[in-house]
Order: sequence, then structure tokens, then C-alpha cells
Amino acid sequence: MNLHEFLLSPDESARREGPHNKIVMSSRVRLARNIKGAAFPGWAKKADRIKTLEVVRPAVESLPQMADHFSETMDNLTLLDKNILVERHLISREHAAKNAGSGLVFNREETLCVMINEEDHLRMQALRPGLQLKQAWQAIDQVDSKLEKKLEYAFSPDIGYLTACPTNLGTGIRVSAMLHLPGLVLAEQINQIIQAVNKLGLAVRGLYGEGTEALGNVFQVSNQMTLGEAETDIVERLSKVLSQIIEHEENARGTLLEKKPKTVYNHIGRAYGILANAHSISSKETMNLLSLMRLGVDLGLFPDLDRAPVDELFVVTQPNHLQKRYSDKLTAEERDLLRADMLRERLRTVSRPKPKPSPPTSDSEKS
Amino acid sequence: MLCCVCKEKEAKVHLTQIVGDKMQKVDLCEGCAAQKGVNDPAGFSLADLLLGLGASQEMEQSTGGGELKCPNCGFTQADFKKAGRLGCSECYVTFSEGLDGLLKTMHKGTKHMGKVPHALQQSRELSDRLKSLQKKLDKAVAEEDFEQAATMRDEIKATKDKLAGLSAN
Repeated sequence: MNLHEFLLSPDESARREGPHNKIVMSSRVRLARNIKGAAFPGWAKKADRIKTLEVVRPAVESLPQMADHFSETMDNLTLLDKNILVERHLISREHAAKNAGSGLVFNREETLCVMINEEDHLRMQALRPGLQLKQAWQAIDQVDSKLEKKLEYAFSPDIGYLTACPTNLGTGIRVSAMLHLPGLVLAEQINQIIQAVNKLGLAVRGLYGEGTEALGNVFQVSNQMTLGEAETDIVERLSKVLSQIIEHEENARGTLLEKKPKTVYNHIGRAYGILANAHSISSKETMNLLSLMRLGVDLGLFPDLDRAPVDELFVVTQPNHLQKRYSDKLTAEERDLLRADMLRERLRTVSRPKPKPSPPTSDSEKS
Repeated sequence: MLCCVCKEKEAKVHLTQIVGDKMQKVDLCEGCAAQKGVNDPAGFSLADLLLGLGASQEMEQSTGGGELKCPNCGFTQADFKKAGRLGCSECYVTFSEGLDGLLKTMHKGTKHMGKVPHALQQSRELSDRLKSLQKKLDKAVAEEDFEQAATMRDEIKATKDKLAGLSAN
């Protein structure tokens, strides 16, 4: 089946609900596993990678959790398709660069996705909307238990599951959540939070953009250490940290509205103004402004707009999604024009943000 | 000189740290230096970076920097230094000595505390059971309790069959 017939529409995808999805956009648990004795994908010869793929792929496809699945080898996907899968967060950039000897299997609901011959023979991930780390862990644990009956994993009783990179050794687990933190960014508290989280041995990365740059105020928090701690402890620790970050974000939003309502309304109003009226706009600017629109929805400034259409725009305004929509090869400039057309059209029926009546104490702000 | 983190760009930032009687050197490109927070006064990640790289230098020294080679996949020490990845699961045995220090700096502990494949767990439990049954059998024979000995013999056979069944799967 064609990839695009199988993929959820961005609209369906954005409508999925989960706990705390105002701040936590999605949860993910990934396990790395390898086949005993076989060279890891980065070192294996092409023929060996193909051999591993031919063993692993049918095992994954036959999982009950994969009853309705899409499965393909990476050489049979176009570059555009691969990039779209990256923009949907189903595969890594690294996997998108793979060709013959690597593969991909994911289920209809897009809650389960297995990359074959990425950095490890198997990179399996469970995805959930909102904050559902425990559920995601349980789901992937079950998949793993089923697969270990069909495949012989590389495992050592002393150092656990053996992975290509020693940083994943042991449990092979990466637990992560995608967070929308405009409040902490606007309040300039984000760096403190990042430093505190880093000290706990967890990593914080901007999800879009390169390096430390966080486009759209979207951050990913994940564990770094995988050895010397049980999976459930890692999940538990991350959950605790996340609930604290959620609390800080909510506090930051509350404080901003109370102390600097005009600043907040100004940011959101300008974001709306540009998105609804621009005739050329880059992907980067779009992300940053959509983030502010999303904040506006959360704060109740757009009574006739839900969060889902904003989240959908996050996905469909990305370069490869735009490219897919139009058959001709587009230049970056052409994409900026088409992106602006799409945004103006989508926001045509959305009325401008309505600031809430100022509380009597708001004159504390001096600007 | 290339950056020792990304191994792509020219190193522009050179750091030396002396810990005890050991000198560690780190050479970074501007991008990696910024990313690792080298300019950050808290200097938190710098310490991590130095520790981590120190360990890999240690690994090289502890194995004599020689051409240790994995008998299963042909991966060498030099390959590890270049790629930062290992060649196959057997490499963990081949390079175990040097890896130990690296794992210590990378992880919370060096002993796996998490999930164990079910079949392995089962076979471990069965072999433990087999050992204890064997002891009981020896004891019963010594005490000339032949009824008990017969029961133990049957149970040992059943357990052995189960174990054989596991490894056949």
C-alpha cells in the first residue's frame, strides 16, 4: 500500500488527545535491540544488513500489535517520503538517510514504529499523545517480549542488551516527551530549567532546529543513562521531572498574565497578525509564531479555535509536507509563498485574539 | 587538527585539564564547544566531556593502544576510536577491559538492573532448580531413602527436558 494512503491525515493525527496535552505534545519510549553475533548495521556489509533485515522484518510484521501495518525497505521510499516520515516524528533523520538493507514497520494508529538497521538492528518505539510514559513503556515492553521469542537478542547478564553505541547499553531505553514551553521561554526561565534537568542526568534538546536552538518553543526531555537502573525507575524518574516542568510552565504562564499581560497579548496578537496576513513566510518563523498562537488558544484568547488545527499547521507547514502537496519541485522562496497562502486561508475564519478584561491589579506593569 | 567530538570540523578551542597526575587534552570546533557549554560559567557539561573523553583515552592506554581485534567481526580499537560505535555484540567481550571505565563515566552503574529476556530468565531458574534437586538426590541416596531418590530422579529428568525444550526453541 502507498505510504500516503496509510499515514494518518495531519488533521486526524493532531486531534489525538492525551493527558496534559496542553503542555506535553507527545510521549515516546524507544528500545534498542540487536541480533546476537551479527555485526551492527554501521559495521555490517550490505549483504549482511539485508540478511538481518530479512530475518527481523517478518518477525516484526507478524506481531499481533502490528496486525494492520505499513512495511517497506528504505530503498523503496523516495527521499521526500522519508523526510515526511521525519517531519511526522516516526523515523529519525539518521534512518531517513538509509537505503537498501534498512526497513521500517509501523502500525495503523501510528502508536508503534520499528526501525530496522538504523544504528542498531532494532529501534522500536511506542508513541502516545500527551503525557503517557508508563503506557508507552508497557506497550513497547510487550512488543519486546513477543519479539524475543522469535529473535535471538544480543544480551549479557552483566551489562544487559548490547548496543552499537555504549551510551545505549543495558536497558537500551530512551524515554522522552515533547514539551511546548512558551511560558518558560517568555519568562526567560527556560535556561534555569534546562540546567536543573541536565544536572539530574536528563537531556533537553530543541526538537526542531539544529543544536541548542529550539524552534516553536518545543523541547524534548529524555533520559541519558541506560545502564545501572531498571526501566521502570527511569520512567518513574522522568515522569516526576516532567510533572515539575509542567508545574513550572503553568506557573510561568500564570505569572506572565498577572504581571505582564500586555507583553503576552502583544506577542500573541502580533503572531496572529503575521500568520493571518503574510504573503511570504519561512518555516522557522511559522513555527515560532504558531507556538504563540498555541499559547493564545491555551489562554482562551481564541474562543473559536481549538488546539488541534494549530498543531496540524505545525506539521503541514514543514518544508517536505508543503512539497508533497504541490507536484512541482519547489524552491525555498516558492515554499514561503505557498506556506503564507495556506496560513492566510486556514486563519481566514479565525477572529483576532480577544484579551481578557484586565484584572484591577494589572497596572503594575510599566512599559 | 579535527574536533574530537564531531570529527568533522577544524578544532579551534583547545582545553587542558590536570586531574591528579594525569593531563587530559580536548580539542573542539566552535560549534561543539558552544554545544558542550564550554563557555558556560557553570562548566557542568565540560566536566562531563572531559571525563568521558578521558575514559576513552584510558581505554586506549589500558589495551596498550595496540591492534586489539574482535574475532567475530574484525572490528579494531582504531575503528572504535573513529566511529564511537562497536562492530558487533562480541566486541563487548573483546574490548571489555577498556570499556569498563567508559561505562562508569557514562552510566549510573555498570551492572544491568533492567529487563532480562524471558527465556534466559527461565533457563536460569531451571538450572538453579536442577542444582538443588541434584543435591536432594545425593542426600536421599546417602540416607538410603530410595522412595525420595526416585521422586528426585523423575523431577530432575522433567527439569532437564524443560531446559532442553527451551534451548531447542
